[in-house]
Amino acid sequence: MSEWKFKLDWLALPLLGLGVVVVIWVVSSYTWAKQLPSPEKTWEVSKLYVVEPFTKRGEQDQGILRFAWYSVILVAKGYSLALLLGVPLGFLLGSSKLFTKTFDPIFQILRPVSPLAWLPLGLVLFQKSEPAALFTIAICAMWPTVLNTAAGVRSIPQDYLNVARVLKLSRTRTLFSVLLPAALPNMFTGFRLSLGMAWLVIVAVEMLTGAAGVGGFLWQEYNSNIFEHIILCIVTIGLIGFALDRLMNLVETNLHRVLT
Amino acid sequence: MYPRNFTMAFLEIKDVCKGYGPTGRRSEVLHNINLEIEQGEFVAIVGYSGAGKTTLISMLAGLIATDPGTIRLEGNLIREPGHDRGVVFQNYSLLPWKSVFGNIYLAVDQVFQNWTKAKKIEHTERYIDLVNLTPARDKKPSELSGGMRQRVALARALAIEPHILLMDEPLSALDALTRATLQDEIVRVWEREKKTVVLITNDVDEGILLADRIIPLSHGPKATLGPSIEVDLARPRSRKAINHDPRFQRIRNQVIGYLLGSGKKPRPKPLAAPVPNLEPMGVAV
Repeated sequence: MSEWKFKLDWLALPLLGLGVVVVIWVVSSYTWAKQLPSPEKTWEVSKLYVVEPFTKRGEQDQGILRFAWYSVILVAKGYSLALLLGVPLGFLLGSSKLFTKTFDPIFQILRPVSPLAWLPLGLVLFQKSEPAALFTIAICAMWPTVLNTAAGVRSIPQDYLNVARVLKLSRTRTLFSVLLPAALPNMFTGFRLSLGMAWLVIVAVEMLTGAAGVGGFLWQEYNSNIFEHIILCIVTIGLIGFALDRLMNLVETNLHRVLT
Repeated sequence: MYPRNFTMAFLEIKDVCKGYGPTGRRSEVLHNINLEIEQGEFVAIVGYSGAGKTTLISMLAGLIATDPGTIRLEGNLIREPGHDRGVVFQNYSLLPWKSVFGNIYLAVDQVFQNWTKAKKIEHTERYIDLVNLTPARDKKPSELSGGMRQRVALARALAIEPHILLMDEPLSALDALTRATLQDEIVRVWEREKKTVVLITNDVDEGILLADRIIPLSHGPKATLGPSIEVDLARPRSRKAINHDPRFQRIRNQVIGYLLGSGKKPRPKPLAAPVPNLEPMGVAV
């Protein structure tokens, strides 16, 4: 009984959900949205890109996972930069009232700015598309890290700080032995949200800069009127984003176990 | 520099006040605290919850400054935390991501920086053994009972070899039976380590059972220390025996009498009822 329930929850119901979406897709492609490729057509046209996911046939014509890999690399770089900026900023925001009063208002204003708005500024600043892309990813993706790190630092119990003071731990020791481990669970929530954000940003950035990657491929295929590949790209982007989130979730859960 | 140095007590608290809030609307928590403690003495300060006991111990620990007044330990003015004082906090204050060993080692590593690693490890293990936690050496605080956690905190405070041990209601979060066990453990450790101890508690019986001298703290605001009351009961003290000892009754009545008379506010706190006999002792009245 419980096993049956388990299968229902984890297999049958999600498959049902998928089925509903596919039905809507099929019906749409035959009725009101004639431009929308049907599932069979999409598979037919995309098959080569999926069964040979890493083949490079030309600059514009590569397996879907090869394109995705380029995107992942770019995200990894931009995301690292976001963490490198976001963690210290979060620590300052969480530990200094003066810093908070000075910078919090401007952060609140910059935070909701779309990646599409940052990219042109990045291009102006750095002249080349890759540094502009990294700049955009970093500045858009760092906010969850900044805010969650600050929240983590603010919520460190006074008891832990008292221990550090009574033992007269040095500043670096206090940071690495007390503050960082105490704030880490919160920080990691920020890291996970930031990664999601970075993955959102990458597609927009690639579309605008024409960089090789899954987003660039999507835009190029749109311009070549191969709409099947747009769907292929959307599915790929979604699956990889999902996988990244699961991965971070796994790390986060294990971290909680180690820290508490 | 200090001509009185010869006669100066080991720990000397002189005219200490402490208040919180902005000038004008400042409310004084502690008022004119004076106390002298001799080396090796076990002193218990007993008072109401919220009377400013934690404020007092925080000043002794150097975590907060005295407003006017001075505190001297072995003649040195206390301005900041120092390794000459070991502190046991009310809520254990263990770092949850470190094991029993890790929590104590952090302190040992900081205080005895020029020791070899092997020596620091050996020292840490000795103190784990002192509080009988060797089997739990690698456990995290979350895997320990409240009593075990407080033993870790005690071991951490003692492992830095402080000159004085400050304990802020160390047992108040524990159940009565664990409390009794820990009281015995504190006495045992105190007799072995020969440390000067200041114990803050809200349990009169605990103070009488453990201390050489018991000092009531009137209830706030403007709490101040009452007269010192010698606990002239022979050690080792047995919970059962002292319960029927007339001297115990007398000390108890003196302390409770002071606490009840010290303020006009009728606050029926746990201390308020002078119950003549209780058994077991550990149960807070």
